[in-house]
Amino acid sequence: MSAGQLKAAITPARLLDETGRLVRGAPKPDAEALAEGYRKLVFARRLNEQCGALVRQGRLAVYPSSRGQEACQVACASVLSDGDWLFPTYRDTAAIAARGVDPVEVLTLLSGDWHCGYDPNEHKVAPQATPLATQLLHAVGVGHAARLKGEDTVVMALCGDGATSEGDFHEACNFAAVFRAPVVFFVQNNKYAISVPLARQSVAPSLAAKAIGYGMPGVRVDGNDLPALEKVLGEAVARARAGEGPTLVEADTYRVESHTNADDASRYRTDDEVTEWLPRDPLLRVKTYLTAVGALDDAREREIHAAAEEMAAAVRAGVGAGSPADPGEIFAHVYSTPTPQLARQRAALRAELDAEEA
Amino acid sequence: MSAGKLTMAQAINAALRDALAEDSSVVVFGEDVAQLGGVFRVTDGLHREFGESRVFDTPLAESGIVGMAVGMAMNGLRPVVEMQFDAFAYPAFEQIVSHVAKLGNRTRGKVRLPIVIRIPYAGGIGGVEHHCDSSEAYYAHTPGLTVVAPATNADAYGLLRAAIAGSDPVIFLEPKKHYFSKEEVDVAIPVPPIGRAVVRRRGNDATLIAYGPSVPVALAAADQAATEGRDLGVVDLRSIVPFDDETVCAEVRRTGRAVVVAEAPGFASVASEIAARVGEQCFHHLEAPVRRVTGFDVPYPAPKLEHHFLPGVDRILDAVDTLQWEDAA
Ligand SMILES: Cc1ncc(C[n+]2csc(CCOP(=O)(O)OP(=O)(O)O)c2C)c(N)n1
Ligand SMILES: [Mg+2]
Repeated sequence: MSAGQLKAAITPARLLDETGRLVRGAPKPDAEALAEGYRKLVFARRLNEQCGALVRQGRLAVYPSSRGQEACQVACASVLSDGDWLFPTYRDTAAIAARGVDPVEVLTLLSGDWHCGYDPNEHKVAPQATPLATQLLHAVGVGHAARLKGEDTVVMALCGDGATSEGDFHEACNFAAVFRAPVVFFVQNNKYAISVPLARQSVAPSLAAKAIGYGMPGVRVDGNDLPALEKVLGEAVARARAGEGPTLVEADTYRVESHTNADDASRYRTDDEVTEWLPRDPLLRVKTYLTAVGALDDAREREIHAAAEEMAAAVRAGVGAGSPADPGEIFAHVYSTPTPQLARQRAALRAELDAEEA
Repeated sequence: MSAGKLTMAQAINAALRDALAEDSSVVVFGEDVAQLGGVFRVTDGLHREFGESRVFDTPLAESGIVGMAVGMAMNGLRPVVEMQFDAFAYPAFEQIVSHVAKLGNRTRGKVRLPIVIRIPYAGGIGGVEHHCDSSEAYYAHTPGLTVVAPATNADAYGLLRAAIAGSDPVIFLEPKKHYFSKEEVDVAIPVPPIGRAVVRRRGNDATLIAYGPSVPVALAAADQAATEGRDLGVVDLRSIVPFDDETVCAEVRRTGRAVVVAEAPGFASVASEIAARVGEQCFHHLEAPVRRVTGFDVPYPAPKLEHHFLPGVDRILDAVDTLQWEDAA
């Protein structure tokens, strides 16, 4: 391992600084592509806000917001091709939407239904994982299977900083490295696991530095810098596709809201800490840059926000609007054919419901 | 295709070989399964025959093995994984319970996981601690899992083929004390499907209900009882989930008496479930309460003591003796 590799795992890569200026020596991003990225950031932010409102109205059971992490959400989806797979967590609703899944479908689970809402095979997006880090192993399996079948699929596997303490994180990194699986592990280090700060999860030099122990590259990147994220994640995807194995990417970012609406962050962090992060907002710096280079004017800004409003209106109209869940269906998919016992239980529930209706 | 006298390990090996040969989506992996052929030699020769992409060793991590199998199944393969021993499958428990068992349901049937998790299980081999657990209740208690426990070598072959070919995840419990017992196996003769119990011995006085390693013990008890003038039947469950209420209850209704035999500790066990089901469904036919002959509620004992723990012929016959025969007179 070279000194350069160690530096990459510890010092965050950055292209756009907090004031929206290119850092010295950074290549100029394609303004049109970045404007497209900005549109996705605005959509992601709007989706976070809309979901928060739906929780307050009691229309979503819970919502873990990715406010402040929108650049991560957008970048991890935008670097993938159609045939690639995304393995998201509960916090990655905006990333799934950025991948092209209808947000109304994505919100099925959080609105209180029992299934993930979308067809994983159609979108190549796994169901949102709640048991921490467990999905990382599935990502390795999808990637390894692709390799065995001679396909050049790449798998983007998401998790949080807290999840890196789980055993499955270790097993997934190690398996991926040993099998040279085409997986990009993307850790959104938002500094908290519910209430527990990063310092209690790990005293490693960085989370990306853990990659060194597995024999794969680790890269740390400013998680609020969309162009830098797209560059770093894009390179990791290219490596994986070329058969060079996995990469561990750590995004240095911040969870601006509470863990979920049910959490009270004031019990474990100060308002000042949050306030300090606000100027590093991922939308602001892209907007400043695009405006400065003349790629974003008021008209375009208005058009983007109007489109985001339309999306939000569709979410408001769509969440919970489908036909009510059929109680009989809880028996239908436990096995591909219900066992005789499940068939009897379904009939018993049906009879109860019929009796109530009568 | 293989026929003739095979040990259970050889029958399972033949099932894996035939499945690998017939279906290119079948992959076999686990700890020491490649070059070594597994610590029980169940995968002997498969790595040489099918190569590294079909049969391979993994790093030592059971959650990793099962978690990777989930992803491989999501991507169109049929993983057959080996847990080295029953008690070493526990690191994989979260993957099994939270994902293997639930993914079909969580995706409304869009994603099915044709995974077989093979587990050498139960006791009777003089294993030191952590090598002889009867862990079936954990799996049977988890909706979404099919739990299979063959008792014969023909079933070991046939049920494993069915498990690999099916679309749902299967916990395949291999009674390790039978790995090296030889029996005639004709793989050309199909066995009944998963979910069907089989009456191994017809008897008119009482029914012994068993699965996996307890079936031969129950049969031995029935032989012994016959010499003492009592005609015991034996039902071999073959699969714990799905549970074949029909076959079990038909036998118990005929005889009016039942004893469940299983190695696992009896408290909150599969044996308890069977006793409860039989009680609920056959009450009016029963001449006596259903008895359970199980392991004690202790951690699996040391090799020097395991014979005190395992249900044996005498203990089964003692239980049969308590089935209120005096009322039958
Ligand atoms: C195995 C497991 N243990 C505990 C939990 C409960 N839990 C849900 S989210 C969370 C914090 C996770 O933190 P992190 O990985 O940093 O992700 P973040 O929520 O910050 O995105 C915990 C403890 C869980 N979901 N899974
Ligand atoms: Mg976190």
